[in-house]
Amino acid sequence: MDSYGDLIAADDVLLFVNAAITSTGQREFHSEEGEQRLSLDFLHAYMIGNYRDLYAAVLALDINDHNAALIVRRLLETAREASEQQRRSEGRLIARRLALLPPQRVYGLFRELRRAKVNNRRTRAVMRDWIAARPDPAFDAVKYRGGLKLALRHAHLVPTGEELGPFVFAPRSRKRYATPILESWRRAHYEQAALYELPYTVAEGFAAKHGIARAAFLERIAPRMTRLEQLRLQESGRTHRAGAVRADLTRMPLTRLASYVLGLPLADRVARRAELTDALRAAARRVAGAHRGSWGRVAAVLDDSFSTVGSGQKRRRPLAAALAAHHLLEALAGHYTALWTSGRTDALLSRPFGATPLGHRILDALDTAPERLVIVSDGWDNAPPGLAGEVLRIWRTRLDPERRTSIVHLNPVYDADDFDVRRLAPTVPTAGLRDAEDLPALVELAQFAEGRTGLAELTAYLDARTAHFLKDP
Amino acid sequence: MMDLTGLSTRPSQVWGGVRLVPLVREEPLTDLRLHQELYDEGPGLVELGPRDSYLSYIPHGFVASWTGDGSPAAAYGTQLTSGRGELPTPCMPLQFHRRMVRRQAKDRLRFLPLHLALEGYLALHFGGPAIAWQEWSQRAIRNGLSPRAEEAYAGGQVHGLADALRIFEIHPNQCGLLVYTGDALAAAFAVPHPEDYRALHPSLVNDLYGELIHHYALLSAPLADFRTRIADAGIRSLADLRAAARRQEQDWALFHDSAMAGGLLDVPYTAQTVYRLGRFTLSRFLPPFALKQENHIGETITDEHGRIAYLKTFRLSENQVRRGHLLTRLAARDWHLAETAAELGITEAQLGLRLESAGFGYLLRQDVLDGYRKAARSRRG
Repeated sequence: MDSYGDLIAADDVLLFVNAAITSTGQREFHSEEGEQRLSLDFLHAYMIGNYRDLYAAVLALDINDHNAALIVRRLLETAREASEQQRRSEGRLIARRLALLPPQRVYGLFRELRRAKVNNRRTRAVMRDWIAARPDPAFDAVKYRGGLKLALRHAHLVPTGEELGPFVFAPRSRKRYATPILESWRRAHYEQAALYELPYTVAEGFAAKHGIARAAFLERIAPRMTRLEQLRLQESGRTHRAGAVRADLTRMPLTRLASYVLGLPLADRVARRAELTDALRAAARRVAGAHRGSWGRVAAVLDDSFSTVGSGQKRRRPLAAALAAHHLLEALAGHYTALWTSGRTDALLSRPFGATPLGHRILDALDTAPERLVIVSDGWDNAPPGLAGEVLRIWRTRLDPERRTSIVHLNPVYDADDFDVRRLAPTVPTAGLRDAEDLPALVELAQFAEGRTGLAELTAYLDARTAHFLKDP
Repeated sequence: MMDLTGLSTRPSQVWGGVRLVPLVREEPLTDLRLHQELYDEGPGLVELGPRDSYLSYIPHGFVASWTGDGSPAAAYGTQLTSGRGELPTPCMPLQFHRRMVRRQAKDRLRFLPLHLALEGYLALHFGGPAIAWQEWSQRAIRNGLSPRAEEAYAGGQVHGLADALRIFEIHPNQCGLLVYTGDALAAAFAVPHPEDYRALHPSLVNDLYGELIHHYALLSAPLADFRTRIADAGIRSLADLRAAARRQEQDWALFHDSAMAGGLLDVPYTAQTVYRLGRFTLSRFLPPFALKQENHIGETITDEHGRIAYLKTFRLSENQVRRGHLLTRLAARDWHLAETAAELGITEAQLGLRLESAGFGYLLRQDVLDGYRKAARSRRG
């Protein structure tokens, strides 16, 4: 039997995991950027002060990049307080997580560490190992020049190769470079053709310097774009008639693709219906993998009320998560019913509109007698308020006490005031949702969120996830 | 009495001290559409006649338009461009309105929403005393009540209202909204068509609200939602649960219309018809000026059955109610001070001093007022 303190600890960790999955410190529909940051900072400080081991272990879960960087930063800042054993496990977790983060995030983290004047031996070692493991140092030196320079300087490192040092610290000292990408960078200062051999973000600056027309630039730089850059510049390329910017939508990650689709005007979505639907289905099938069709009868209640418009910083993010979840569940389920809160049935044309009659939709969903019910909503149930909670409570206590239907609520929005995602009912587990791709893992994690699992089980779960996380090459 | 037939109440949405209650119209009116004229934010100068210009802040003017044959009116967006191309430019800080209401085109009527009603309140006895009893000053007899200005706050100054309106989720077919601050009814707003409502929803933050509402919003603690409660007993199937949920919604609508909005809906009003066009009537109404109770003034457009097509109200502050009350009583007694005082159960001197403290001291002749003051002093001493 767990002690009272253990129950609180388990609760705290789950709360923190939910926050770390959903919050990015950006503005949300209901709260400002400042509130989000303040709330999140408090949680981080609270966690590292009370449960350092569990705090580090959260790095092994599917938390978002913003929080991963924050955790790494806090762990490095307080390296002195860790025991020998803790340092070893933390070091491995940090190294593994940094390898998974996008490089610009890591360079950003290094910049933060420098600004905070964190320069202990561990920090320097972490920076050294990460930079040494980068596949192409010359590419980094061009694309992340500022970040690399700062990291080298902060960690007292000598860059590999004879040319990198001069390139980063005194680029004009050489008349020419032997490494092709460095030489292109040098020539791009004078020669327009050379800039098309550089990464897109770097080339963009040179294009502005040379006054190259946007359409011509996009047309020629397209092969150098990354996958996500291509997706991001699809519509821009279309307006500039740059035909070369043509992303293969079927290869895009599911939630990003959903965001892209929702950013298109309704007329475009109707005109390209087949193409977009195929792309979404293909992405969902890829994520579902071997689990395809294995979930039985599934009903989903998906929120497309006005609050899913998100904010200027996270445009339509909650709706994109719902749309992506819709396609993923369709792939996972044997028999699938989707119920949007607005009552619309055409998922491709969904847009944020109207109130949130979540309670009524849950009733409709339960009518179909599903084995699983998944609710994707920000939890602001307002037409009428609190009905969803009452329906779920009575369903659990009176109508389905033997739990034939498993219900889970996934919430893509962090509620800064409550330090958690908003819950619908105490009887229904709620988990934060960032990318719909993590949905199967989240449904697993959500079992813990019913508040009846102890710390021992949770620690065991985290240990298993950590081992799996570190084992992966 | 106000006839809100066709508009039904939906669950409220709460943010801080502000509660917003949506009104939904199942069958929107299609032959009456409103469209908004944006004036520059700045003092608008309303010209009533050669000498009666006064300063007042007017964030909005509205234009009502009719289609004579009753066919659906064109969409909101297209109406903006038709007819009235000359929107004021940002460099013009003052706009002149020749009259508060006037015909613009053949089938157009322009009015300034709350302005109209505020003027109605003040113009109630605009002519001043009908009989020149000797106590009234020359100024009161010659000019009536002036200056005609009342205090009001723009919605942006009302604490939390801007946020509450921003995050409010508009219902499908929503045609109106009741704004409560600290659970006191601040304003009611209804339009004929949901698209009009969607266009006008953001403009609510620029509207005028009484000082009472401003203070309530500032001082109110966060309000509680009326959360649904369903009793476990007696629920044996999903159908039971669904029925219980429907009952809860009906209960809320009933409770709201009788208890929360009672101060607006169940009060006899004095309505004054301003204009009639087609089957619609534009009028402004005045409350009974009952002391220490809710008093709303406002304007309506009603159809031939008296049902509300357009509604806009403004809640008066206690002070304003007191002044309205005094003026109503005086008017009922033909502005005779002694008779009015007798009706109110006070002496003439006390009535005089009440008039003075309500801000109407300038209406009385100076020597008469001095006499009242002396009488009050000697009484006390």
